Amino acid sequence: MLGLGKRDLIFLAVVLALTLAAPVLLNPFAENSGLAQFNAGYPDLMQRIAIFAIFAVGFNILFGLTGYLSFGHAAFLGVGSYSALWMFKLLSLNIIPGIILAVIMGGVFALAIGYVSLRRSGIYFSILTLAFAQMSYNLAYSVLTPITNGESGLQPDLGDPRILDAASSSGSVPPTNIFGLAMSETWKVDFLGRVFQFNAGYYVCGLISVLMFYLALRIFRSPFGMMLRAVKSNQNRLNYTGLNTRPYMLTAFVISGMYAGLAGGLMAAMDPLAGPDRMQWTASGEVVLMTILGGAGTMLGPVLGAGFIKYFENIFSKINDHVLQGWFSVFPHWLQDLLVTIFHPFMGKGWNLTLGLLFMLVVIFLPGGLIEGGNRLMRLTRRRRRDDGPRPSEAPAE
Amino acid sequence: MIKRDFTRRGLLKTGSVAAAGLALPTIFTSRASAFTNEPKGSTVTFGFNVPQSGPYADEGADELKAFQLAVKHINGEGDGGMLSTFSSKVLDGTGLLGKKVAFVTGDTQTKTDAARASAKSMIEKDNVLMISGGSSSGVAVAVQSLCQEAGIIFMAGLTHSNDTTGKDKKRNGFRHFFDAYMSGAALGPVLASMYGKDRKFYMLTADYTWGWTQAASMKSFMEKEGWQMVTDVRTPLAATDFSSYLAPVISSGADVLILNHYGGNMVNSLTQAVQFGMKDKQVNGKTFEIVVPLISELMAKGAGKNIAGIPGSSNWNWKLQDAGTKAFVQSYGKEYGVPPSQAAQTCYVQTLLYADAVTRAKSFNPCSVVEALEGYKFDGLGNGPTLYRAADHQCFKDVLVVTGNEKPENEYDLLNVAQITPVEKVMYEPDNEFFKGGDLGQCNPGA
Repeated sequence: MLGLGKRDLIFLAVVLALTLAAPVLLNPFAENSGLAQFNAGYPDLMQRIAIFAIFAVGFNILFGLTGYLSFGHAAFLGVGSYSALWMFKLLSLNIIPGIILAVIMGGVFALAIGYVSLRRSGIYFSILTLAFAQMSYNLAYSVLTPITNGESGLQPDLGDPRILDAASSSGSVPPTNIFGLAMSETWKVDFLGRVFQFNAGYYVCGLISVLMFYLALRIFRSPFGMMLRAVKSNQNRLNYTGLNTRPYMLTAFVISGMYAGLAGGLMAAMDPLAGPDRMQWTASGEVVLMTILGGAGTMLGPVLGAGFIKYFENIFSKINDHVLQGWFSVFPHWLQDLLVTIFHPFMGKGWNLTLGLLFMLVVIFLPGGLIEGGNRLMRLTRRRRRDDGPRPSEAPAE
Repeated sequence: MIKRDFTRRGLLKTGSVAAAGLALPTIFTSRASAFTNEPKGSTVTFGFNVPQSGPYADEGADELKAFQLAVKHINGEGDGGMLSTFSSKVLDGTGLLGKKVAFVTGDTQTKTDAARASAKSMIEKDNVLMISGGSSSGVAVAVQSLCQEAGIIFMAGLTHSNDTTGKDKKRNGFRHFFDAYMSGAALGPVLASMYGKDRKFYMLTADYTWGWTQAASMKSFMEKEGWQMVTDVRTPLAATDFSSYLAPVISSGADVLILNHYGGNMVNSLTQAVQFGMKDKQVNGKTFEIVVPLISELMAKGAGKNIAGIPGSSNWNWKLQDAGTKAFVQSYGKEYGVPPSQAAQTCYVQTLLYADAVTRAKSFNPCSVVEALEGYKFDGLGNGPTLYRAADHQCFKDVLVVTGNEKPENEYDLLNVAQITPVEKVMYEPDNEFFKGGDLGQCNPGA
């Protein structure tokens, strides 16, 4: 079914099930317990994880398959956000036209930037994409202020035309929606002291990300994907056999640009504000980090990486000294102060430091990313169970 | 190879799966509640969203200290600070409507995206009723509109752009801090009497909403005094090296440099300007002067002795002699060992004002709080008699013109209050050209 083999189909079903159950799975701790701090099952974070999963999966089509490291993918994300927002302002707060334009504009920008950048490979390609992204950032930040509203970011306004929407009488900007279903609509369920939040916006992001995951899976398994892998393993050899690899490269670049545009459009749809920060080189670096942390070239790796980094950014950054003092309040006063002093640089605003350390550990000990860690663990348990039995055939980490 | 199995059966299967997926979200509907995050337990939570990194990190750290102090005082811990001098006496140190106040903090990184993410998680995960903070007008404007959409109250911290209560004003948002227009109105006459009427000025401006409105206000008020603008150069907020922007200043024929910079930006640009020897230059037969329209104690501390003699404006200064200021400085000093900055004062006052409004309205409903704050007159919070104007949710009070201290007696004695400009001089109509175009909209209780 769906043009997939049995293994892939089961894999896709598992991903779909995890996506649908995420609001429950990510909220394992009771509301009033001290561990509630670590719950991640609230709409904003889940939306972000789904959106960045799309971004990283798209980036992985380029980086994982061809090995071309683009350092400017955030530009397409930003372009997608701005296009979606202009659709919200001019046409309608229904997110569909906005997302469609975001994908198209992501593709158009990727075509233009890819056409120039793909003339070079390796480090020169990375630097070219970085330069283009930084140019886009500066354009958005100051030169194109009338279109982008500069640093403050673009947002829907009461005075916008929105020609497809009925005039609102409520005196405030209505929320973004799909045919009337607001993205901010949340259905809360109390269950054993846990509050599960089922949010419309999350399910839109989640289902689109499963769809995009499926598309990427098809690309990975297709002859086109095979050709991209061939580029990664030896581009010169391909050229000598008389094959022109550039159309393949450009297609891969545009596809991953459209993924980024889609992610940007969804970001704007979930939270209608587009600032230039999301085009900065740090944002481009973040998606590289996600892909490598999770496992470049694998299907699930970028998704894991995206979830991991977004979780750190949103959960660890909120652990301040006050919370730390609460944790260590069982200890005598001097020990409490000492522990707070030790943990202080790694928590709160220092979450980047913790993430950096973890990233180093992963790159040094698990070069294949978190996926490799998972595979090793699986192999270890299987070997123990079967003891001296025949070794299971090693499946590629996909 | 691609499996091409577009059979009738395959198509039907795929179609039904897709349809089920698309139909799913419509099942969910919202749970009824009077307003967003209606408190059900024995605590209410405030969200303090301040920059802990980036050019405004110093201000953010000071704001956070003030917020914590305010929460302590509302909960009846510590010495009570300004609660004893506040003209409204309904806050008695027993929390809010019988509930203890708790708080969560977040890092805005001085970026709109990060600030929105942090604020959203406060609203959705921590169930906050009110968010305060800022330290960058771009962030304040973005978070204010988020709070309006979500249906909670935003008590702006340090934000000085005209737009916060001008074209981007919102019914659920309130600002105690003064704005760029008031700075210009207070500084114009003072600068003209200090440096004469025949001056040419060059501006460096932080490139975002605050810088834009600050530059526009300064230009308007200085031209009214007969000064001429040479040019206005925009600098990125994230910049740390301003030498390339400063190099053309002296040869441009200008004899005054106006730095529309704040926080770390201003510390760097002023220090570099002084290193260029600008303070001792003679241009057009006059001494070259530097003006920083918005000055804070933290910036003065960062700039060190370079701040000596530099004029600017402030919302508040710890050296003021009224009872409210004295009580706050004493309380803050006892807690942290240093005098508070103007950022700390405005954040402390905003938290008290919110708590007071909730208590007077006897409800946490944002619409009742809005009603209690609109047109509210109060005193005893360090700025003299103050009005929260209903038309734009802006506080009107006296503005301080300060100058950098030439001979500081200690490390905190950095700014002198040169003049207190009375509120009538800085008052404006809500439809003033710098503020028009916005619409408060309706109050939104969410849910």
